[in-house]
Amino acid sequence: MDRLGARERVRTIGPMALAVFGFGVSFGVLARAAGMGAAAPIAMSATTFAGSAQFAALSVAGEGGTVIAAVVAALLLNARYIPIGISIAPSVQGPMWRRFVLGQLTVDESWALSSRGNGTFDVRTLALAGIALYVGWIAGTTIGVFAGNLVGDPARFGLDAAFPALFLALLVPQLRTPIDRRVALLGGAVALVLIPLAPAGVPIIAASAACLLGWRKR
Amino acid sequence: MEEAVTSAAVWTIVAVVGAGTLAMKGAGPVLLGGRALPPRVMAVVSLLAPAVLAALIVTNTVGGDHRYVLDARLAGVAAAAIALRLRAPLLVVVILAAAVTATIRAIS
Repeated sequence: MDRLGARERVRTIGPMALAVFGFGVSFGVLARAAGMGAAAPIAMSATTFAGSAQFAALSVAGEGGTVIAAVVAALLLNARYIPIGISIAPSVQGPMWRRFVLGQLTVDESWALSSRGNGTFDVRTLALAGIALYVGWIAGTTIGVFAGNLVGDPARFGLDAAFPALFLALLVPQLRTPIDRRVALLGGAVALVLIPLAPAGVPIIAASAACLLGWRKR
Repeated sequence: MEEAVTSAAVWTIVAVVGAGTLAMKGAGPVLLGGRALPPRVMAVVSLLAPAVLAALIVTNTVGGDHRYVLDARLAGVAAAAIALRLRAPLLVVVILAAAVTATIRAIS
């Protein structure tokens, strides 16, 4: 996946942006239904740009949880972006504002797609995918907020299964060597065990520690 | 869920979560950007994607609020795995996963 060509980029980024757009529509619909109004969900998509964290905040607040509980739930889900940000740091050059913007364009999909598998990242792919997903996410949220009654219950469309499918498609090309596979299995197992034991987000952070298996190798 | 949240609460959540996320996403690139890391650290970093992606697959397929939820998503992801095995394009994989899940929800 070194330097994707224009065609592969469209063929990979297009479906990702479509799924993110659909997910954005469902966030807009549910946020409006939960009484968040119209401007706040769109502002949240523009500033947070992380679907799972936004849904977490929404569900905690919508079920009558406190502001602090909603904030903690969302930030725990986004805490994985600290190690993810460190992972792209060596590949991100230039002035501070540029590095900051590239950090914001980093979401699970753009990050995984741009990973070359040797610890470096293709920043062009990261930026292009990140921008496409950002546009799709905000456009989807806006449509969901204003046309929610035309869409109905978003769960009907099975979009919640589109994301694990997308992550699976992104994982397969990452499994080049036996250590890649061992780390993926360990990460998946850690997350599975922790699902009933820890708040959402913590299983993912704990699973990310599986990459420490690479410390001895090489 | 109607009117469960006040406007002030909503905007506080939006502002704090937004600022926290900007900081967490920006920290690595801003503080460490462009600097080469030792080879051992690079070896660890190169394995972060498989670890995180595997965890995201698991939590998005069977994860619920402090419990396992086994529902139509599982069938959708299984269909996606088969499609990937058959080297289907990404668009087909993603749409198939959603369509299988939606169909099972519609008939059950």
